Amino acid sequence: MKRESPPVAEIVLQIDGKAVKATEGMTVLQAASSATISIPTLCHHEKLEPYGACRLCMVEVEARGRKSYVVSCLYPVARDLIVRTRSDKVDKIRRVILEELLAHAPHSPELMRLAQEYGADKDRFEKESSFCILCGLCVRYCAEIKGKNAVGFVDHGARRKIRFVPEIASNECWDCQECFALCPTSFAQAAYFLTEALAFPGRRKAWTP
Amino acid sequence: MAKLRSAAGLETLRADIVSRRDPGKRCIAVCAGAGCDAACSAAVVDALREEAAKKSIDVKVTGCHGLCEKGPNVVVTPGELCYFGVRPEDAPGIVAGTAKGVRMDEVPFYKHQMRLLIGDNPRIDPTRIEDYLALGGYAALSKALFQMTPDQVLDQVKKANLRGRGGGGFPAGLKWETAKNAPADERYVIVNGHEGEPGAFMDRALFTGNPHKVLEGLIIGAHAIGAHRGFIYTRHDSPKLIEHIETALAQAEAYGLLGENILGSGFDFEVEVHFDVGIFVSGESSALMRSIEGNPPEPRPKYVRTSVSGIWEKPSNLNNVETWANVSQIISRGADWYASIGTEGSKGTKLVSLSGHVVNSGVAEVPMGTPLRTIVHDIGGGVADAKPLKALHFGGPMGGSIPERLIDTPLDFDALAALGAPIGAGGLLVMDDGTDMVDMARYFLEFLTHESCGKCVPCREGLLQMLKILTSMTNGKGRNGDIARLEDLAEVTGMACLCALGKTASDPLRSMLRHFKDEYEARIPAGG
Repeated sequence: MKRESPPVAEIVLQIDGKAVKATEGMTVLQAASSATISIPTLCHHEKLEPYGACRLCMVEVEARGRKSYVVSCLYPVARDLIVRTRSDKVDKIRRVILEELLAHAPHSPELMRLAQEYGADKDRFEKESSFCILCGLCVRYCAEIKGKNAVGFVDHGARRKIRFVPEIASNECWDCQECFALCPTSFAQAAYFLTEALAFPGRRKAWTP
Repeated sequence: MAKLRSAAGLETLRADIVSRRDPGKRCIAVCAGAGCDAACSAAVVDALREEAAKKSIDVKVTGCHGLCEKGPNVVVTPGELCYFGVRPEDAPGIVAGTAKGVRMDEVPFYKHQMRLLIGDNPRIDPTRIEDYLALGGYAALSKALFQMTPDQVLDQVKKANLRGRGGGGFPAGLKWETAKNAPADERYVIVNGHEGEPGAFMDRALFTGNPHKVLEGLIIGAHAIGAHRGFIYTRHDSPKLIEHIETALAQAEAYGLLGENILGSGFDFEVEVHFDVGIFVSGESSALMRSIEGNPPEPRPKYVRTSVSGIWEKPSNLNNVETWANVSQIISRGADWYASIGTEGSKGTKLVSLSGHVVNSGVAEVPMGTPLRTIVHDIGGGVADAKPLKALHFGGPMGGSIPERLIDTPLDFDALAALGAPIGAGGLLVMDDGTDMVDMARYFLEFLTHESCGKCVPCREGLLQMLKILTSMTNGKGRNGDIARLEDLAEVTGMACLCALGKTASDPLRSMLRHFKDEYEARIPAGG
């Protein structure tokens, strides 16, 4: 006898005091957004695999009496989980993360809007205007959606940066440019055009509509 | 050599090896550990061999004996006479027996220790499995395979309360059980041999000097967990360690102690060696597993334990070198014996690498619960140049410092963690009263900013900002608000980072702000 696949289990959890229905396998972020509870994110994109790097979507969760801080873009929903999307600690995490990122991109509209909400001071830490906040949206979009890997991360630690790969970018990017709109600081396009200027100048002149 | 196909075959071989050795024959063991090697122990070996060739004396090149400070170290058996700072010209006197040595059990550095793990090092040539077998090696494996069920082995490890020696102190038995019970068609065991923080050199001493001890523990663990494939993940830049591991694997396989149908038991197990890519975060468990898969060593952000879903999403049990090395004695001597050593919550012995402003730097092994005073003053010989002791720092760049007044604290996972100086992997740095605690925190952060993968914001940016502030403070440019900035950065780094490296990266700074805040305040114009 053929066994029917079990129905996807429905889970009820509590987000900000509200009972929220979710299905097994969902993340807390997905459950929250289905209940129109907003959690700020910078590296999240619904078409891409959860990345868990910006840490801005951290929330406080309580399960079996134990409180912890987790990133909602990856934390799976569970029965009776209690989620608080705002608390003093959560707000502090977000504020300090924004202050750290504002040291690199003090004029990014997205960061400035969030800074206002969380009381982040854009001048709190020493500036190093690299503009890129390394959310990886361009890198991951190019790899996961376009399958091209024209832009990638190089180096590690505080020296990590994005770079376009000239050999790939010269063939692929002009007709795509889809990552530009994803970039919260407009650095992706700057990095592309710098690569173009250095590695394959004239490519645009040769291009005819 | 023929592959052994039974427990009896192993014992016959052992009896044969032992019978061909004369316990009364003199043997000169020369340490070729990292410290002695750098002090030209190879030239000492040459001189001793030339001299010994005239007489019936063996010269053995071994792993680390422990007292690195006074290398090159030589131990002559029988009698365990120690010679320190040996130079090639000392060879004739040592061989002739006219040079004055000190009995090992009268050397202060050694006599306060309990050397269960590292004590065999002076008796073993790490490139000869026969040396390990002569000392009873692989008897625990044979016992585990033929006289115990995998569940009984697991039970012993749980009962012994063996806690992970890599830094977290997580109970190894519970981790094994999780990996064993996680549903999967395949599961793996891994040795984390990626010791990389400043001031930690005990795993290298143990693994390079006695590779079979680690390997035997790994095979026993694999059998208990039901793994048929294991990995040794270690540093690409330790050539002698790599050579000894690869030789040990080849010799164990040639004897049928590794590979298909181990000792005729029907248990198959193979081991691969993998190397890091030169970045400290490679030692973080999920980053290490990504690296073994062939991916960049970035920690995995998922909320699932690697013992449930690790390499290629299969249950993967990772333990550190020293943890694996403890396994064979737990099996051969029993969990009750093991649990009789140490404190309530921390059992067995612990390797400690002593460095900094201490008279005797080196690798020491003491029972858990030993007061830090014994380690620093009796074993370590106290502070160098007779200066006053200021602080002790455990756990390297992810550990913490405690002031001198806490020196009677026992070596215990929980007691030290409560003071903000978790044992970590066991690196103990002794600091005299001339040490600048602001600069110490700066030094550790400088190390970590280069060793973080850079993926998550609070680690990449938080460490960098803390480093910038501490650098300006040490340059006499501290600003008002710096301490509050440091406290916020440290707190958020500790709460929000993706992996254990980031989460603990601010621990040294936090411990110093806890115990030495006045030194930080003194760097700020208005005192805060």
